Amino acid sequence: MRRGLGRLLATRLLGAGAVLLTVSLLVFAGGEMLPGDVAQIMLGEGASEAEVAQLRRQLNLDRPAPERYLDWLGGMAQGDWGVSYTTKRPIGEILPVRARNTALLTVLTVLVAVPVALGLGVLMALFAGTVFDRGLSVLLLGLSAMPEFLIATAGVLVFAVRLQWLPAISSVSPDAGLADAARALALPVLTLSLIIVAQIARMTRATLVGLADRPFIEMAQLKGASRLRVLLVHALANAIGPLANIVTLNIAFLVSGVVVVETIFAVPGLAQLMINAVSNRDMPVVEACAMIFCTTYVLLLLAADLFGAAFNPRLRRSAR
Amino acid sequence: MSDLAADAGPAQRLGSRLPPTAALLSLAVLGFWILAALAGPALLPHGPADFVTDDGFAPASAAHPLGTDYLGRDMLARLVAAARSTLAISLLATLGAHLIGDTLGILAALRGGVLDQVLSRVAEVMLSMPKLIVGLVVIAVVGPSATVLVAVTAAVYAATVFRISRAIALDLVALDFIRAARLRGESMGWLIFGELLPNMLPLLAADFALRMSFSILFMSNLSFLGLGLQPPAADWGGLVRENLEGLASGSPAALYPTLAIGSVTIALNLLVDRWGSTARPREALH
Repeated sequence: MRRGLGRLLATRLLGAGAVLLTVSLLVFAGGEMLPGDVAQIMLGEGASEAEVAQLRRQLNLDRPAPERYLDWLGGMAQGDWGVSYTTKRPIGEILPVRARNTALLTVLTVLVAVPVALGLGVLMALFAGTVFDRGLSVLLLGLSAMPEFLIATAGVLVFAVRLQWLPAISSVSPDAGLADAARALALPVLTLSLIIVAQIARMTRATLVGLADRPFIEMAQLKGASRLRVLLVHALANAIGPLANIVTLNIAFLVSGVVVVETIFAVPGLAQLMINAVSNRDMPVVEACAMIFCTTYVLLLLAADLFGAAFNPRLRRSAR
Repeated sequence: MSDLAADAGPAQRLGSRLPPTAALLSLAVLGFWILAALAGPALLPHGPADFVTDDGFAPASAAHPLGTDYLGRDMLARLVAAARSTLAISLLATLGAHLIGDTLGILAALRGGVLDQVLSRVAEVMLSMPKLIVGLVVIAVVGPSATVLVAVTAAVYAATVFRISRAIALDLVALDFIRAARLRGESMGWLIFGELLPNMLPLLAADFALRMSFSILFMSNLSFLGLGLQPPAADWGGLVRENLEGLASGSPAALYPTLAIGSVTIALNLLVDRWGSTARPREALH
């Protein structure tokens, strides 16, 4: 059994590595396809031929693409992300602050949303088929079908414009205190939480209800265990793998939510940096941000996969 | 990579069966928007690009039932014109995703072997990237336009559709009637169009509705970020972006397009929940 799990871990890690390498190739190829001479664009129309040639040398643009790809990969591994076309600053200087803000936003969201979502899912499974369950099901289905910016817009309207409790724009300065940062991030976190709560609660309910007709649950019921005990002890113990899988997957799916929410609330995070870079066609920044997002995503999917497998003996044994 | 996400699928069948009123209401909402998109622009007195008031964000009046937008254009005319572009783009994108995904999925299931291996690996790589990030990188390279919006949306969802249609087809290929047809020496064309497709159609139709709602959300997100349709043209996501600043001063202009998006995507989801739930191929949007 142990060996099965070890082999599974090794194959999945290799798989994720191969995927990431392919992704990096695609992202780099994207940057290569940008029309026009980068050095010329950076210097503007008035630049002399010699200046353009010098910048091309500086940016290593005169070297063949495969060589530059390897350089780019190696640079990223050492924290050298290249130079932004628009600000001409090293990207490695901007990234840490941006990444910190995005990480803070995501971690707060997970801390708020996951307990609420799991609680709601368990409650819905406990009262499956009742008015409470049906009503909440429709509400959560509605929430998960709404675009992120609809929820965010509604949040701004209610909490910032009508009630004026919270600031609509959350500029988190690096030296802000914890309370200020929390207040500034309240609306973005609330928005992201709503998105993720809807999905996780629905899937939790489905997983638990799906277990209801399994023999071991029937057995527990026949022994005379109470509904609550059957659900919390017998069903939940068997649902840990699937639930961990669901939670991790939904954290991965937060990516697009983060992009939209950072834009609406002007959170100076990684996503906002990327959106600006896309508008300015600042490819090195786009590539750096894309690689960070894709790597996080792939790692979370990998974790979700492993959670599911680790708690599923059948899958563990037949690991390819 | 996320095969386990599908675990939640069959179980959902046991759950929420919605009352028929919800389904009827959904049909009515969809019918309303389709009619509005088809006939609306011809019926309304103002065009979506006409400046009708001097200042922006005029309140609702008899002449302008939804008020005006940030530049003083009739909001109702903008909303209806945006309905047309939003529905057309998402429909084209979903058609594209299904055309590519279904064809390759069925081929992979029928042929198996190297073709199946290669296609499945490609799909796996595509599904390992967040869709919005893929869209952003593509738009950074080629710039935003309606064509790019259709192509990107179709491309990011083709891999998901491929996986779903391949899985459905694989289930069927193992059944006796397909094996019998193969032994009879039926042609590939008959196997696909005579045997497989008719049996896959209900599931693919359910996925089509779901995929269309995801496409609307995806393109709305891009347009909302300013990377979709470019002004003066706008889809619903673009209208929200344009009029967002009005919210602070109490103008509801940005709310109408958000409600429009919400109503269509929720209606599509409720319909699939009602009629498509026998094996709901729900994969996450992102």
